[in-house]
Amino acid sequence: MLLEVRDLQVEFRTRDGVAKAVNGVTYSVDEGETLAVLGESGSGKSVTAQAVMGILDMPPGKITGGEILFQGKDLLKYKEEERRKVRGAEMAMIFQDALSSLNPVINVGDQLGEMFTVHRGMKRKEARAKAIELMEHVRIPGAAERVRDYPHQFSGGMRQRIMIAMALALEPALIIADEPTTALDVTVQAQVMDLLAELQRELHMGLILITHDLGVVADVADKIAVMYAGRIVETAPVHDIYKAPAHPYTRGLLDSIPRLDQKGQELYAIKGLPPNLMHIPPGCAFNPRCPMAQDVCRTEVPPLFEVDADRGSACFFWRECLDDASRD
Amino acid sequence: MTQAATEPLLEVSGLVKHFPLTQGILFKKQVGAVRAVDGVDFHIDRGETLGIVGESGCGKSTVAKMLVNLERPTEGAIKYKGEDITQLSGKALKAVRRNIQMVFQDPYTSLNPRMTVGDIIGEPYDIHPEVAPKGDRRRRVQDLLDVVGLNPEYINRYPHQFSGGQRQRIGIARGLALRPEIIVADEPVSALDVSVQAQVINLLDRLQAEFDLSYVFIAHDLSIVRHISDRVGVMYLGRIVETGKDVEIYDHPTHPYTQALLSAVPVPDPEAREHRERIILHGDVPSPANIPSGCRFRTRCWKAQERCTLEVPLLAVPAEFRLVEGPAAHDSACHFAEEKRVVPPEGPADPPRAPADGMP
Repeated sequence: MLLEVRDLQVEFRTRDGVAKAVNGVTYSVDEGETLAVLGESGSGKSVTAQAVMGILDMPPGKITGGEILFQGKDLLKYKEEERRKVRGAEMAMIFQDALSSLNPVINVGDQLGEMFTVHRGMKRKEARAKAIELMEHVRIPGAAERVRDYPHQFSGGMRQRIMIAMALALEPALIIADEPTTALDVTVQAQVMDLLAELQRELHMGLILITHDLGVVADVADKIAVMYAGRIVETAPVHDIYKAPAHPYTRGLLDSIPRLDQKGQELYAIKGLPPNLMHIPPGCAFNPRCPMAQDVCRTEVPPLFEVDADRGSACFFWRECLDDASRD
Repeated sequence: MTQAATEPLLEVSGLVKHFPLTQGILFKKQVGAVRAVDGVDFHIDRGETLGIVGESGCGKSTVAKMLVNLERPTEGAIKYKGEDITQLSGKALKAVRRNIQMVFQDPYTSLNPRMTVGDIIGEPYDIHPEVAPKGDRRRRVQDLLDVVGLNPEYINRYPHQFSGGQRQRIGIARGLALRPEIIVADEPVSALDVSVQAQVINLLDRLQAEFDLSYVFIAHDLSIVRHISDRVGVMYLGRIVETGKDVEIYDHPTHPYTQALLSAVPVPDPEAREHRERIILHGDVPSPANIPSGCRFRTRCWKAQERCTLEVPLLAVPAEFRLVEGPAAHDSACHFAEEKRVVPPEGPADPPRAPADGMP
């Protein structure tokens, strides 16, 4: 297994109290595999990824438990210098907002080249040639002429390609993409997702795709982990989850998106709001919003039940949930 | 247009907005123009929803601003009940503006953080005191809070005490305060989480039925637009390139841009991955300061021929569909219009499910 996160716990100490952002997350991704981590804002999907990358702001953040095994070794036991060698070279991250992730006063050629001068000790000229090669690889037209341009001279889609190029520069084994296309228009989003999927196949990388978009997940993922209030509530191969969700939250999400192929009736809406992470409800965190909630849900935290060999659901009533879905 | 019954509530014709590009400090010389909106026509009837979709920079938000008079059009007319509001001023304009209200995209920046919710929703009454006498305002605001699904006791709270979805409800309540006939909603749900989006869309649906409202619903999310709209206009670089009823646009698109746009929408169905045809457009949208000659989509179009460089295609029913009745016969601005189904059916229809009306 390329990456295994086991029972990870992260909290943030703030003036108003302790926010439990991640409460025991376990997931894994293999070489050449795409794991989609789906969740709304505040579900802990990005914080988990930041902990894996080792870019969590500490303080106020603190990893209070768990393991992050990368190629069998626990990254949490590494010293910062060792961690740094892994970051960029063996695992890389693509952020949502390319404009604020790139340095506005350094041209893109130098920013891309920096990967090679810092990690590989190349000379500037050599690094520049590599930068052009990378830009061609992510299909930026006229790469040789544009290598001296600054980030603001590129369009949103092109900037996201540069981010991808930077992540791929040292051919890492794992890429974490945090909402890589959320800021882009639909037609450009399709271009960028296509490119990412193709490069992943070519380089046989593991990909963790963090998103809130159920459509994007259905297009590219092999398996999904659905997060809610810092926990994984359901995990499954992509085909199963859309056919028959085994958790009421997943079901609610799927039912609440309007469809493109027909004009629907009234949308199903999950009632209420996601919980405040400082006051996560006792029992199942989803219980105040859940149409199936019973007494047990308000007192006991549901573990991740095994639904199938490769499927799990953190709901006491996952069987009912599946039955419900198969009746439709 | 003599009878009020047949006249559309709002009619927009030849709407143009150019922002001048100038050079020089003392003597400003115009060197060009950003043609944000470049000839747009549409109409809205009472109780109807017109959806406008397009990518960023297509001019959809500028259209919204002109409808509520936040931007003056360079050319064209916006007729509200037969009267061109671009020519009005003073009292007459004020009276019309009361009837066309706006809901903004970002509920975080469109509410003044230093005002209480009651003051925010009641502020329109300061400008139009004839709608609600002073002593009656507090009660009216509480009614409005109730209508949008918020607790009327929240009247003295400040915006930061609310979540994104609740703030958007406050923005909607403010839009409703003057009992308008038309609401222009510019991306009203795009800043919200998926589970909250559905709540707000359902609210907008309910309010429309309750108050007989007409909506101009502007969004980039094609699924949401289909859900809420009776008719849809697809915009590209300042113009509407295709318009028709929802079935005509989504199931029988004839303009290549609409087809590409629809085929690029990720559909929440992994089975669709294999059998779905994707049209991936090349390149980016050209700058509105430098619009291509002829058809403005030709630089990214796979069908473009010489005629497309020379002749501007008009928004009308294309010749090949003019003689046949059917959903393909709707306005499309393409010389080589062709019907093509790009949205795969997603399996059985949604089962009717008791909708939990979301009240946070």
